[in-house]
Amino acid sequence: MTKQQGNGLLEVRGLTARVGDRQILKGIDLAIRAGEVHAIMGPNGSGKSTLAKVLAGHPSYEVTGGEVLYEGRNLLELPPEERARAGVFLGFQYPIEVPGVTNSAFLRLAYNTVHGSRGKEELDPLEFDDLVREKMKLLQMNPDFLERSVNAGFSGGERKRNEVLQMALLEPRLAILDETDSGLDIDALRIVAGGVNALRTADNGILLVTHYQRLLNYIVPDFVHVMDGGRIIKTGDKSLALELEERGYDWVAREYKAKAA
Amino acid sequence: MAETAFLDSLLAPRSRLPAASSGWLKQRRSAALERAGALSVPSARDEDWRFTDLSPLYRLKLQPADGKAPDAAALEPLAIAEAGTRVVLVDGRYVESLSRPMAGDGVYVGGLARALQLHEAALQQALASTARIESDLFAAVNTAFLHDAAVVYVGPDRKLDTPVHILQISTGAGTASHPRVLVVCGRGSEATVVEDFVSLGAQSSLTNALAEIAVDVNAGLRHVRVQREADDVYHIGNTSIALARDARLRSWAVTLGGRLSRHNFNVLQQGEGIDCEIDGLALISGRQLADTHSFIDHAHPRGRSRQLHKTVVGGAAHAVFNGKIRVNAGAQQTDSGQQSRTLLLTPRAHVDAKPQLEIFADDVKCAHGATVGQLEADEIFYLKSRGLSEATARNLLTYAFAAEVVEGIPVRSLVNALEERIMQQTQTAELK
Ligand SMILES: Nc1ncnc2c1ncn2[C@@H]1O[C@H](COP(=O)(O)OP(=O)(O)OP(=O)(O)O)[C@@H](O)[C@H]1O
Ligand SMILES: [Mg+2]
Repeated sequence: MTKQQGNGLLEVRGLTARVGDRQILKGIDLAIRAGEVHAIMGPNGSGKSTLAKVLAGHPSYEVTGGEVLYEGRNLLELPPEERARAGVFLGFQYPIEVPGVTNSAFLRLAYNTVHGSRGKEELDPLEFDDLVREKMKLLQMNPDFLERSVNAGFSGGERKRNEVLQMALLEPRLAILDETDSGLDIDALRIVAGGVNALRTADNGILLVTHYQRLLNYIVPDFVHVMDGGRIIKTGDKSLALELEERGYDWVAREYKAKAA
Repeated sequence: MAETAFLDSLLAPRSRLPAASSGWLKQRRSAALERAGALSVPSARDEDWRFTDLSPLYRLKLQPADGKAPDAAALEPLAIAEAGTRVVLVDGRYVESLSRPMAGDGVYVGGLARALQLHEAALQQALASTARIESDLFAAVNTAFLHDAAVVYVGPDRKLDTPVHILQISTGAGTASHPRVLVVCGRGSEATVVEDFVSLGAQSSLTNALAEIAVDVNAGLRHVRVQREADDVYHIGNTSIALARDARLRSWAVTLGGRLSRHNFNVLQQGEGIDCEIDGLALISGRQLADTHSFIDHAHPRGRSRQLHKTVVGGAAHAVFNGKIRVNAGAQQTDSGQQSRTLLLTPRAHVDAKPQLEIFADDVKCAHGATVGQLEADEIFYLKSRGLSEATARNLLTYAFAAEVVEGIPVRSLVNALEERIMQQTQTAELK
């Protein structure tokens, strides 16, 4: 795969991070250029979500070393809301409930804040309603979800669709999707993948965290990374995902150890 | 001593009170006066006042209200559009020119004097009947001054299709006032009553309010109490609601204002099969203190009660919630649930919240829970990851927490006004 050089969207170099005394990320290197889709796979607890949250600016994780450039700027010095406004989107592995805040009010506030910061006009409730309903239709979501509190009582799959809806509304330049496919039924998977592919342009980048090769049939990645123990221990193309499906992760870890020794 | 001087000066204007129009009223007033003289002012040594220090109140030099009424224009912004009738009490005095009374067809909304002419028997039964005059100094003092009142009388099977707005105004000119409310809901009747406390001036004043509410067999009452006085008012409120067999009560009590406020809220189930749902919200900041003491008394079988009390405390404010529920021996198959939830916005904010269950029956369901917490870091992060600023995220979450109680109020324009007020308050709460 040959991509032209110089259109780097995200550059992660030697990134280390911890929670309390516990070092979780132990030196991550990752470069995503505009137009690329990267997948990260790896065993439970290997640090995939931590990486995603560090990139989005979660305050529980302390960056202890390395750097992250987004569109050539130091991403780590921006607070989370400015990262979002600059086009970084995190689809959460476990989207939380926000009781008392209706989904429609939340989505509109997010939409107007993010697009407002990019110089777009605010949408009033009626205009926004038209837009959000159209997007929901594409994701085959019931409009009833607009009137409910954010994620409150949503099933696992419904929450994931709500994440993709937010992504579709906010039109990020870099979408980080942390196991957005987990908990989705087969039809939903296809719909959600359609939503992600719609975002896939020569200008945008996508980072997918997943456990399942299946998703990668719908969203074909340019690169597949294997993460283990807070490091990326192997990178390959989409065929690596098939191999992992077949053989598991052990051999990758052994190979990595052998190389390191 | 400040306490004695305070009580003396509070009772002094009593000698100028106009004579009562009927013997029984006169007798109840003087009995209350006598009681007030015998009771001592609450201090921190009283279990009921452990967390609420009234000594700043005792140091105030309060004047009796001078009886001036504000002009109608000043009340415009306080109007409730949906309300078909309105009773305005200014420093406890009924002001007909500002009110929209109603009399006829088995319904009365207006002042006490005319109510006594039209419905004396009902009033004689309900007035000074359930208020805790024997044990509560402030209830006794209020009753000692009982001359005017806002009266709502809804005859048997009458249904009010618009809310009654009882606007209780403190002129806030360093005055002590004793506003009084009486609501009598006849058998099978339906009504919505909004008790609304506001203040105009900005001098330290005392509002010593008392409401007695009687809901007869199978009647339904929706009661809203909003205390939105200025931040330098001392507000002592006593509300007692007596419910007869199969009565239904839906109630919302919202406390926003007051330097120091105390609400004693007593709900007495006096018959079988009563259903009540009681929601409370206190939203305070700065140096405010808001104290809610509620008491739900299950005295008969098959009663149900649900209580949700929410508190949002910002600045260096202090909230108190004491939620007592008593299930008497005869009250089998009582189903009661109480939730108290507090949100502390700053490290200096403080709450004393305590459920108090006294259960003397064995076949009952009583659930209760209390939580005290801060805004969830994960919730804030989630909102920020969608572009919302830290302040917006916090406001939204605080607002959502508080709005849950307000949303249910069955008067749309009041909900809007309160939501706006909550929005304003949450936007500044943490700065103060
Ligand atoms: N806030 C935290 N406090 C303590 N430990 C944490 C915290 N966040 C993550 N960890 C730990 O860091 C390690 C990596 O967690 P992370 O969630 O990044 O894994 P993951 O690769 O996403 O796993 P999964 O595939 O199960 O989602 C785990 O051992 C986890 O317990
Ligand atoms: Mg994870």
